[in-house]
Amino acid sequence: MSRNPIEDKTAVVGIGWTEITRRSGVSVLSLAAEACLAAIGDAGLTPKDVDGLVEYQANDSVGALELADVLGVPAVNWYTDIRGGGDHAVSSVALAAMAVSSGACDTCVVYRALNGRSGHRFGAAKPSTMGGRDQWVLPYGYMVPPQWFAMWARTHMARYGTTHEQLGAIAVNQRRNATMNPRAVFQKPISMEDYLSSRWINEPFHIYDCTVEVDAACAVVVTSAERAQALRHKPVYIKGFAMGSFGRPSWEQWADMTEMYSKHVGEMLWRRTGLTAKDIDVAEVYDCFTYSMMCQLEDYGFCAKGEGGPFVASGAIALEGEIPVNTHGGLLSEGYIHGLNHSCEAVSQLRGDAGQRQVRGAQTALVTSGAGILGGGIVYHTK
Amino acid sequence: MTATTYRRPLPEPDVETRDFWEGLRRGEIVLKRCNGCGYYIHYPAPVCRNCLSTDIGNARMSGRGTVYSFIVTHHVVTPGFEDDAPYVVALVELEEQAGLRLVTNIVGCSPGDVRVGMPVEPVFDAVTPEVTLLKFRQAS
Ligand SMILES: [Zn+2]
Repeated sequence: MSRNPIEDKTAVVGIGWTEITRRSGVSVLSLAAEACLAAIGDAGLTPKDVDGLVEYQANDSVGALELADVLGVPAVNWYTDIRGGGDHAVSSVALAAMAVSSGACDTCVVYRALNGRSGHRFGAAKPSTMGGRDQWVLPYGYMVPPQWFAMWARTHMARYGTTHEQLGAIAVNQRRNATMNPRAVFQKPISMEDYLSSRWINEPFHIYDCTVEVDAACAVVVTSAERAQALRHKPVYIKGFAMGSFGRPSWEQWADMTEMYSKHVGEMLWRRTGLTAKDIDVAEVYDCFTYSMMCQLEDYGFCAKGEGGPFVASGAIALEGEIPVNTHGGLLSEGYIHGLNHSCEAVSQLRGDAGQRQVRGAQTALVTSGAGILGGGIVYHTK
Repeated sequence: MTATTYRRPLPEPDVETRDFWEGLRRGEIVLKRCNGCGYYIHYPAPVCRNCLSTDIGNARMSGRGTVYSFIVTHHVVTPGFEDDAPYVVALVELEEQAGLRLVTNIVGCSPGDVRVGMPVEPVFDAVTPEVTLLKFRQAS
């Protein structure tokens, strides 16, 4: 038995983006305001209708109250500023759903805004001496996520025989999807040869295994199911979510690095929602790196543990495959808006608004966020 | 090489880690171990996660282990490593306890010769007069 008291109590009624570029030329505040106004407008609302704000950041965004002031939100009844990583792409939306379903606020905007390429880049240089847990890793030149996830990928390749070509199949497929997404920062197709001949970042990762840093913002608007029915778009209901970690939440001491947070969170999500991977029509799976996405596909049950490589190489994840994944091109090709863009794409797909890349008849979507030791999953659906 | 020319990040030992860093200067690997149940505690902590005892002591490790995983870094972002790419960062699992792993560099062979599961032995690398780092090489 598992409780899921928020089931279908809330819905996403608005989504919005800025342009996605490598150099925005504007402030992060400007990006945040533009994306939130777009999402609020998409819902057919104005900032006067908003009374909740949730954002997440890594010291590179603007706070919820600053944005409320800029947009002229008349009263803030709930706000949260989360400091953290990509796992919060799901937990931020989940928090908005909890705030609305509890009555803390009625209509909540969730946003992520960053000048992630031209401004504050992840993995910027640190001081030359360090304490805490950094002292165990930085002296050996081990510092940034492309290293941590390459380390995880290696364990899977060694145990299950996963190949570079299989990881490459993810990069190639997502770039193909991005060619049908006018928003994507990279829209030129790549071939397997392009992938295999691209430069190493951290073996076993080529550059095409890694997400693309961008300047951008996106936002979603969450409100109650009742109010959603009166608004202009078909409501996209929040069926349920799960997030967290398990075992030893330590990047180096994790018990089995061929599994991720998703081994635990996936089981919890399916128990809460009464669904399984077979019920999902489209999946937007957090892809900070190709391997992160593949390992989560296994953990959430789209294929068995160890079979992720053959599964992604079989075409199963293509738009016309059994489970289309990262239909917008994902973080690898649409751009790294830190994962919140996965929820925007899922909503587009469930509304039937995804244009050339529309998955026909999609009614239930999984969005995941985070990878490695921590993350979350959320299920959206239409009725 | 003098301290002023060593440009890479150096550890800042604290009350939890001082015994480890001082041990390396003597050529010993000293980790924390629970005096109650014998569980090795890494990263160092004031409580044993296995039995919740707060009676924590030091234990000298054999230094024998295997490569749990490794990467070859070509795109360098850590200051001071610019001239060393490609270099190997590995997780070495020590023989005393399943899952007991240290981040390290594998030295003494080319990156292409490193394998998951490869037995390794310690190399005590005195990078400055004050600091010795623990690296590993293929076991002889
Ligand atoms: Zn103990």
